[in-house]
Amino acid sequence: MGKPVISLDQVVIRFAGDSGDGMQLTGDRFTMDTASLGNDLSTLPNYPAEIRAPQGTLPGVSSFQLHFADHLIQTPGDAPDILVAMNPAALKANIRDLRRGATIILDSDEFTTRNLTKVGYTTNPLEDDSLDSYKVHAVALTSLTVAALSNLSLSRKEAERSKNMFALGLLSWMYHRPVEATENFLRAKFAKKPEILAANLLAYKTGWNYGETTEDFAVSYEIAPAKMPPGRYRNVSGNVALAYGLVAASQQSGLKLFLGSYPITPASDILHELSKHKKFGVITFQAEDEIAAIGSALGASYGGSLGVTSTSGPGVALKGEMIGLGVMLELPLIIIDVQRGGPSTGLPTKTEQADLLQAMFGRNGESPVAVIAPSTPKDCFEMALEAVRIATTYRVPVFLLSDGYIANGSEPWRIPEVSSLPDLTVEFAKSQEDFQPYLRDPKTLARPWAIPGTEGIEHRIGGVEKADVTGEISYDPANHDYMVRTRAAKVAGIKVPDLLVDDPTGDADVLLLGWGSTYGPIAAAVEQLRGNGEKIAQAHLRYINPFPKNLGTVLESYSKVIVPEMNLGQLAMLLRSQFLKDVIGYNMVRGLPFTTAEIVQATMEVLHD
Amino acid sequence: MTDVALTKKDFTSDQEVRWCPGCGDYSILSTMQSYLPELGIPREKIVFISGIGCSSRFPYYLNTFGMHSIHGRAPTIASGLAISRPDLTVFVITGDGDSLSIGGNHLIHTLRRNVELKILLFNNQIYGLTKGQYSPTSEQGKITKSTPLGSLDTPFNPISLALGAEASFVARTIDSDRKHLLETLRAASAHKGSALIEIYQNCPIFNDGAFDLVKDNETKEAALLQMVHGQPIKSSTHGLVHKGASLEVVELGSVVESDLVVHDAHNPDPAYAFALSRLTSTGHNHVPVGVFRDVSRPGYSSMVNNQISEIIGKQGPGDLNSLLTSGDTWVVD
Repeated sequence: MGKPVISLDQVVIRFAGDSGDGMQLTGDRFTMDTASLGNDLSTLPNYPAEIRAPQGTLPGVSSFQLHFADHLIQTPGDAPDILVAMNPAALKANIRDLRRGATIILDSDEFTTRNLTKVGYTTNPLEDDSLDSYKVHAVALTSLTVAALSNLSLSRKEAERSKNMFALGLLSWMYHRPVEATENFLRAKFAKKPEILAANLLAYKTGWNYGETTEDFAVSYEIAPAKMPPGRYRNVSGNVALAYGLVAASQQSGLKLFLGSYPITPASDILHELSKHKKFGVITFQAEDEIAAIGSALGASYGGSLGVTSTSGPGVALKGEMIGLGVMLELPLIIIDVQRGGPSTGLPTKTEQADLLQAMFGRNGESPVAVIAPSTPKDCFEMALEAVRIATTYRVPVFLLSDGYIANGSEPWRIPEVSSLPDLTVEFAKSQEDFQPYLRDPKTLARPWAIPGTEGIEHRIGGVEKADVTGEISYDPANHDYMVRTRAAKVAGIKVPDLLVDDPTGDADVLLLGWGSTYGPIAAAVEQLRGNGEKIAQAHLRYINPFPKNLGTVLESYSKVIVPEMNLGQLAMLLRSQFLKDVIGYNMVRGLPFTTAEIVQATMEVLHD
Repeated sequence: MTDVALTKKDFTSDQEVRWCPGCGDYSILSTMQSYLPELGIPREKIVFISGIGCSSRFPYYLNTFGMHSIHGRAPTIASGLAISRPDLTVFVITGDGDSLSIGGNHLIHTLRRNVELKILLFNNQIYGLTKGQYSPTSEQGKITKSTPLGSLDTPFNPISLALGAEASFVARTIDSDRKHLLETLRAASAHKGSALIEIYQNCPIFNDGAFDLVKDNETKEAALLQMVHGQPIKSSTHGLVHKGASLEVVELGSVVESDLVVHDAHNPDPAYAFALSRLTSTGHNHVPVGVFRDVSRPGYSSMVNNQISEIIGKQGPGDLNSLLTSGDTWVVD
C-alpha cells in the first residue's frame, strides 16, 4: 500500500537453491500464478542428476527460470533480471548468468563461514565489493520463516523447510501475483498433514507481508497481460503435451493406447502422466528393460493397439534391433526419444539434439523410419497426433525427437477444441479368402494391418526377409533388392506439410534453418535482428524423414543457410548429402539451449561476412 | 468361427518344414498340431510368438497367427500382445539359448508377472542354428566349437531358474514322448497364468544322444521319475523319499511304498518343487518329468485389464475435453 508500482514489459526470474530447497515447486507455482494473469511465459528448469547432492555444494544447485511478458515471447530468457539465491552455492553457480544491474534476493542466514568455505568463497560477498554492480536484498529468509512459525509445533528443521514459500510469497508480492491458486494448491497437497499445511500457508503469507511492509522493498512491479488469441489456455510442458497428444490420438483413432516404457531421465514423466489416465483405456507397462519396453509396444501394435515406447538416447541404443523388426514387420510403432546429453550416460538432466543420426540410421541394414521433431512444449501435442497419423497410415516405426529443454520447459497452450482434432480412424484387414499379408496399398505402399482374431487371414510374419505380396520367407536376391527399395520408397513417400518460410521482405539472402527445440531461441533472435533492421528469413523443420517436398527449393532460394543445432552438425550433414547445399553450421553442445544473443551474434557474423 | 470341429490338418500350414532329419522338433510340432484342435479355440484366436534359433521356426508351420521375432525377445512381444488382447491364446516358442542366454531377463520377468503365456522351452543343451557352440544348459566340460578344451560355465537348470523367478506353473517333458507331451500341454492350458514347459529335445547334428538315458526304451523306465499329483513319485526301479529338507532317490526295494513322497504340484512352498528340480544336477540318471509346480496366482493381463475396468466403473470412461482442460486454466477473450 502506498508503495510505487512500476510497469514492466517483461521479466526473467531465476529461483536457485539446494536440490532439497524446493526450487522446482516454487518455480512451478510462480509460473501457474503468472499464467493465470495472462502473461505469455516460457520456463527452463535446470536440476542436477543427483537426487540430493551434498547440501550447500555447487553440484547440488537446482534452479528454475521463468520469463514472462506483456507480449509474445519465445524463450525462457538469456539473462535473469532477478536471482533468488537460497544459499552461497546458488549465488556462486548463477551469478555469471545475470546481467549487470540485476536484482539479487538472497537468504543472508545461509551466508555463514562454513557455507561460504564449502563453495570456495574466501570473503563474504555480502561484505566485500563483488556484488556492487547488482541490487542486493539480503533477507534473513530462514530466521524470518522460523520466527513466523514459532507458534506451530514444528521442529526448527521442519519450520526451515517452508522458507521456499516465504520466498514465493515475497516474489508474488513484488510482481502482483494472485495468491488464491497457490493457497488452494497447498491445501490439496498437504490435505493430510495439517501442521505442514499451516506452516506453508503462513510462510507464504509472511513472505508476501514482508514485501509489503519492509522498507527494503520500495517498489513493486506489474506486467500487463499479453495479447493472445482468444480461447481457454493452460500452461503445459512438452512431456505432458506429448502424453495428452497420445491420449487424444488414441481417442481420435479408436485404438487402445499401449505404452511400454522403462524409466529414464528426462522421459519418465511421459510414463508417469499416461499412467494416470487408465480410464481412457490406456495401458502403461513398466517393462524390465528398454528392449522389453519396445517389444511389448510392438506386440501390442501387432494386436491392433497403438504401440508406443518412450525413452532417451541410451534407451534408443538398446531398442535398435526391435525398431528394425518393426521396419520389417511394417507395423505402426512410435518411439519417443526425449534427447539428453550423450554419449553413454552423458548429461542425463541436460538437453541436446545429438540423437538425430541415431534415429535416422542407428540400426543394421537399410532400415528407414519416419522422423519428426516438435519445436516447442505445446507443439508436442500436435506432433504426437502426427506421429500416430504417419505410423498408422504407412505402417512404419516413427521417431518423435523431443529433448530435455522442451520436455521440462513449459509455455501457455491454447487448448484445442476436441472437434477440431484430426480423424485418425484406421481400417484393419477384414476376413477374406487368399489373404496376402504383404500386398500393398498402391497409394501409401502400406501393407494391411492384419490383427489376430480375424478369421481366415491367419498368417505368419517375422524378421526374416519377406517375399513381396505373400510375406513368406524369401532369400531371393532380386526380391530382397525390391523389398529394400520398397520400404525406402514407402518412407520417402510419406505426406508431410511443406516447409513454411518466414521472410517478410521477401528478399533476404540468409536463412536461419533449425529443427526441434531450437525454435524458441532462433525465433527470438530473428525478431531481434529484424528489429535492428536486418533482413533475415527463418524456417523450422518439424519433419525430418522425409523432409518436406519443398525443402530443396527453399535451400536454393538463399545464398546462405545457417543451421543452429545442439550437436556437431547432424541436420547439416543430412542437408548436405541430400541437397548438395553447403549450409553453415552453428553448433553448441553444452547441455543448455542456445541463448538468443548467441544466435544473433552468429547470424550477424554471416550477414556481415 | 466354424461349427465343425477342427482337425490336425486345419492347424498345419502349407510351408515345407525345414529342420534337419531326425530333429526332435518334428515330433513336438506334430504333437502340437494334433493338440490344438482339442483346445476348441478358433485358429484366428491362437498366436505363436518365437525368438531366434532352430525351434523358433515353429510358428511358420502352424496355420494360426504367428510371429518369428528376434533373438530372446519373444516374451516381450508376447506380453504386449497378451496384455492388450486378453481374448487371444498366446504361445511362446523358444530354445535354451534364446530364453536362458540372450533372453534370460525377459523370461524371468515374464514368469514373475505371471503373464498369461504358454512358454515352450525346447532344451537341446546346444546352439544348433549357429552350428554347435555350448549353450547355457550345456554340461560343464562340454567340448564344442567354441570350447575345444571344454566349457567352463556352470549350466542353468531351467526348472530351478523358473521357480526362483516365482513361476506359477513349471513342467518338464520329452520331445519323443507324445502322450506325456500332450498331457503336459493340457495341464499348461488349464493353468491361468504363465506356464513354462521345458521340453528335452534331441539335436541329432550337434548334440546327438544328450537325452539317451531318458529316451531309450532300455533305460527310460528306470530313469524317469513320474510326477503325478497325488501319486508317489517313482520310476520302474526307484522312488523318492524325504531326507531332511531335501529329497533322496532310493531303490524301490529298500523302502515301503508308503514312505515314498506323494507328489503335490499345488504345494504353496516352492522349496518342494525346487528340491525336485535339483535331482538332475548330477546328470540324467533320475529325471523327474511332469508338473513340478502348479499354483494359482492372478494372471497379469487380467489384473491390468481389471484395473482399467475398475477405474472406468468408478469414474466413467475418460472424456478428452475434460482432460485437456483439467488443472489451472484461464480464458482470453
